[in-house]
Amino acid sequence: MNMEERLALNKYDVDNQAHIRLEDGKCRECSHKACLIICPAECFKLREGTVSFAYEGCLECGSCRVVCNEGGLDWSYPRSGFGVSYEYG
Amino acid sequence: MDDKFDAIIVGAGPAGCTAAYLLAKEGLEVLLVERGNYAGSKNMTGGVLYGPVLSRVFPDFPLNIPLERPISRHVLTFLSASSAVSLDANAAGTEIHNGYSILRAKFDRWFAKQVEDAGGIVATGLLAEDLVMVDNRVTGIVAGGDEMGAEVVIAADGVNSLMAQKAGLGVRLAPHNVNQGVKEVIKLPPEVIEDRFNVAPGEGAAVHYLGIGTEGVHGGGFLYTNKESISVGVVVQLKALMEHNLRAIDLLESFKGHPAVKPLIKSGTTVEYSAHLVPAGGRDMMPRLCTDGMLVAGDAGAMVLATGRALEGINYAMASGMAAAETVKQARQKGDYSRQSLVQYEAMLADSFVFKDLENFRSAAGFLDNPRLYRAYPDLVCGLANKIFEVDGQPKKKVWQVVRGELKGRVSLWQLIKDGLAARKSV
Repeated sequence: MNMEERLALNKYDVDNQAHIRLEDGKCRECSHKACLIICPAECFKLREGTVSFAYEGCLECGSCRVVCNEGGLDWSYPRSGFGVSYEYG
Repeated sequence: MDDKFDAIIVGAGPAGCTAAYLLAKEGLEVLLVERGNYAGSKNMTGGVLYGPVLSRVFPDFPLNIPLERPISRHVLTFLSASSAVSLDANAAGTEIHNGYSILRAKFDRWFAKQVEDAGGIVATGLLAEDLVMVDNRVTGIVAGGDEMGAEVVIAADGVNSLMAQKAGLGVRLAPHNVNQGVKEVIKLPPEVIEDRFNVAPGEGAAVHYLGIGTEGVHGGGFLYTNKESISVGVVVQLKALMEHNLRAIDLLESFKGHPAVKPLIKSGTTVEYSAHLVPAGGRDMMPRLCTDGMLVAGDAGAMVLATGRALEGINYAMASGMAAAETVKQARQKGDYSRQSLVQYEAMLADSFVFKDLENFRSAAGFLDNPRLYRAYPDLVCGLANKIFEVDGQPKKKVWQVVRGELKGRVSLWQLIKDGLAARKSV
């Protein structure tokens, strides 16, 4: 099961805007880019030397927020009613 | 704002629901705000719920509560790369351990319904975006773009508490004091679960794993039996994932594929994948828990006990919810919601098992950072057991000789003594 299939098991109400935003310059210069391995939904991807974030599969755990010490992350929860909804939990 | 609430509670988890339920029952005007579309929809747990606190809130516990299975078998397993050795506490037919497996989407939803039935207003699908502050005093929240006023706000919005942070009371989260849990819920028929876990119909097992099998990272695995599914997951310190350049999902996959784990979940269907953070730094990461017009409860205040045996949070969350409700009740009688009045909350927690446990196990976090716990010792225990049970046609050695042989190259006698003393002191 790859991550896409895994996340497809969950129920999401996907917003039309991202709840987490990255600051390209800071991410590009970040030496560790720990968000790439720390995100349990693999939302962060390395693209052309910088980091991109796909918010749709986010599990809203906050791991990226804890490991990002470069200030490149503007972290928030999805807006009211959006994001993941666990049916078991 | 003259139509203000007596209390606004942010977050309908165990801490928030406990506080909201008790205050609503007292007749206070209570608003419980939950960002998920239903309570529990943003939550997940390992997880076992233990009875002592919930039974004080609901005296008919465990009746009428959506619990999965009473845990009659507690197992602690040392996991090396290819084998496992378990300590199996089997109390079949009794509920001696007082623990129940739960699924949060059911449990939290039920709890929020109790708040509603007690007269509280529960607003789900509503994100609390900001605090309203007047002269450094919390006077309400902003949610869905609207201001809502209250005498007191209880921030029970979890490990990433934005409310506490906005009031300057946020937990100091850092990679060394936060663990990431990832979990799959795997569907299996009840009879299959009962056969595989050797439990009576309706009863359940909790299995904790020290070591995740392949890597010596700071973390462990778990299996809990639900009614018609198994919760399987790993919990790993963020710092360890960063240092070893590992993804938790890869650890979960290797854990699920371990020869001692694989047969237990075989032919099951994964129906959900979830992730959550656990604040594991205890008192060392705990912020002040009150300010003018606000209290912080549950994970938002880092009220989780990490002892190495388990990560226990729900009980501490509910106990803090009880203390918060009691504090608000008394503040209301005094008509004083200032910090000087609300600080009684911290005193109440200090006097309860919440702070006493967290204080008592304060050095556990340091002890649990010892990499030998996750590789050398599981390997040692498994190696020992294999040697002791092995019959190879050679003259047999006495146990102590086997121990000496297995220690070699893994743990020095000096390390063993040092770790033993640290364990005695810490956990």
